[in-house]
Amino acid sequence: MLSIKNLHASIEGTEILRGINLEVKAGEVHAIMGPNGSGKSTLASVLAGREEYEVTEGEVTFKGKNLLDLAPEDRAREGVFLAFQYPVEIPGVSSTNFLRTAVNQVREYRGQEPLDAVKFLTLMKEKMKLVEIDQKLLSRSLNEGFSGGEKKRNEIFQMAMLEPTLSILDETDSGLDIDALRIVSNGVNQLKSDKNATIVVTHYQRLLDYIVPDYVHVLYKGRIVKSGTKELAMELEEKGYDWIKDEIDSAATV
Amino acid sequence: MSTLTKQDTFSSLLAAAPKNFESVRTLGNESFLAQGLPAVKAEEYKFTNISKKLEQNISNFSPALPFKVTAELVKSSVFEGFEGDLLVFANGKFLPELSSKIEDLEVSLISDKPELSLGSIAKPEKDAFAALNQASFEDGIFISVPKKAQIEKPVLLLSFNQANEGQVIQPRLWIEVGDFAEVTFIDQSISLGDTSYFVNKVVEVKGGVNSQIHYYRLQNEGKNAIEVSNIETDIQKDARFSSVTISLSGDMVRNNLNLNLIGSNSEGNMYGIYLINGKTHVDNHTNVDHTIPHAESNELYKGILADQSRGVFNGKIFVRQDAQKTNAFQQNNNILLSEDAIVNTKPQLEIWADDVKCSHGCTVGQLDEEALFYLQARGIDKMQAKGLLLYAFAGEVLEKIEVESFREYCDSLIQDRLGSKF
Ligand SMILES: Nc1ncnc2c1ncn2[C@@H]1O[C@H](COP(=O)(O)OP(=O)(O)O)[C@@H](O)[C@H]1O
Ligand SMILES: [Mg+2]
Repeated sequence: MLSIKNLHASIEGTEILRGINLEVKAGEVHAIMGPNGSGKSTLASVLAGREEYEVTEGEVTFKGKNLLDLAPEDRAREGVFLAFQYPVEIPGVSSTNFLRTAVNQVREYRGQEPLDAVKFLTLMKEKMKLVEIDQKLLSRSLNEGFSGGEKKRNEIFQMAMLEPTLSILDETDSGLDIDALRIVSNGVNQLKSDKNATIVVTHYQRLLDYIVPDYVHVLYKGRIVKSGTKELAMELEEKGYDWIKDEIDSAATV
Repeated sequence: MSTLTKQDTFSSLLAAAPKNFESVRTLGNESFLAQGLPAVKAEEYKFTNISKKLEQNISNFSPALPFKVTAELVKSSVFEGFEGDLLVFANGKFLPELSSKIEDLEVSLISDKPELSLGSIAKPEKDAFAALNQASFEDGIFISVPKKAQIEKPVLLLSFNQANEGQVIQPRLWIEVGDFAEVTFIDQSISLGDTSYFVNKVVEVKGGVNSQIHYYRLQNEGKNAIEVSNIETDIQKDARFSSVTISLSGDMVRNNLNLNLIGSNSEGNMYGIYLINGKTHVDNHTNVDHTIPHAESNELYKGILADQSRGVFNGKIFVRQDAQKTNAFQQNNNILLSEDAIVNTKPQLEIWADDVKCSHGCTVGQLDEEALFYLQARGIDKMQAKGLLLYAFAGEVLEKIEVESFREYCDSLIQDRLGSKF
């Protein structure tokens, strides 16, 4: 579904991603872990199409298409979804209007009929249950005045509404209490199928108790330096990232 | 010594002034000659070179003649959903046959009210154009809302403008609102064709104790229209005056809006949107004068500027020494959509009392790229995402319009604009 080959990306002349290789197939869950500043969010942003980042080398194909050629909105319509690490507050844009516009533009692209107000509301109610999100939140401006946990829940709610084929969750777990984490993970797990895939970007192993990954990758200084299964995450939990850093940094100086 | 540039520009206009209101006109005349047209460096007109604009674009400084307006034109010009009464004007001249007879409201020509102390609220010495109007206005209307009257439906002041031989239009309004009375005005001008003309308007509002006045303006004139307006009001004890000014087009527009809070517990609100493109220039100069304790003023102007348009905002808040416990808030936010668009924004606070709450702020920026990306990342087309954000930006002011049909109309004008050009 997703194939990343030798991806290099920089911002303002500084190279952040320095040769990423990753293959993701339908039905799989990949976890990307790594210390702060290693480039996890950069990778997520580049996949979603953020223009500030310049791709200097490498390629990314998604369902056979060159993903890097597509505008951010077309990537979303093709089925890429990024749950933001820091969802943006947008005063004055109502959550409901926003979502209806988004859902209908995505549907149009996929050749589906737009949803009328009634059908849209029905869909919304159904998906709201999934992440136990309060109707009151959705009558407000998008993310405005939401708590950290509410923002994260809203991301997963949007994901449920848009039915992506590839979901990239950027630190969706950080800052969540255990109840919220359970709710969010539960939502993600229910949306999982053998036709879609998930990339879970996280700093902590805790999330992986709830969303069980098929593969775990460690990103460090813009490269995937270690890949394994969920046991690797356990090991990281126990030993921290220092042993990996030491391993890589000493290899680099030899 | 007179600083009037191009000395004789207005001399024929001044000479042709009607002979009524003799002392009022003399005062206006003297004041105009003393001030002259704003010079290039005049502080109050620093960013709005109105004198040059007039010189370049207006060739005949005599009054534009009234013209025939048909009932069909009026009907097709009133915005959808409007329910209320209508006062119609052609080049500033009141057209009673096309206007409503409004129950509870006295409407007459200013020329039929020789006792009016014109210029006692919008004082001619404050602004050269107010002085010019006072010296040479043709006629205008007087509107009086009796004590305790509650005029529930809005009154639409619909002005059709069009230059013919002459190109100067000088509307003048005197509005009196009795104690405890409530009234809403919608002041809308419509250009017939793209002729060049100069509107020099003065509106004086005399509100009563505990009166409630809403004054909405929609400026959507032709691309060659030049307009200066002076709107001034004294706000009495427990009274409230709220204005919303929506400016969407024109060549050069200068709005002087002066609120004088002269009674305790009075409230003055000034809101505005300027959403402009092309070479349109819109300048909002507001002035709120807190003279007494326990009054409040709120101000929020928002600008969206595309192409080579230019916006000017100058917000003066004057809090006199006696005006303790004043609350005064002012905000001006701008989004520039092109590198050639310009905004000059300046808060001007003069606070002589010590126990006051004042805040002000101004911003000039671009569209929030993070927000734009967020919307795009959800599948929303970039153009549409921009429109959504800009509309949200303007929405904070739009929601101040309490007449639903008018709010929806402005809303649709703004949405259309954001959906197409921007
Ligand atoms: N806009 C930016 N400008 C400059 N440097 C940036 C910018 N965004 C991220 N970086 C740098 O890129 C590196 C990777 O950041 P990021 O992808 O956010 O890491 P992670 O998500 O793994 O914590 C960091 O060193 C960070 O300082
Ligand atoms: Mg990050």
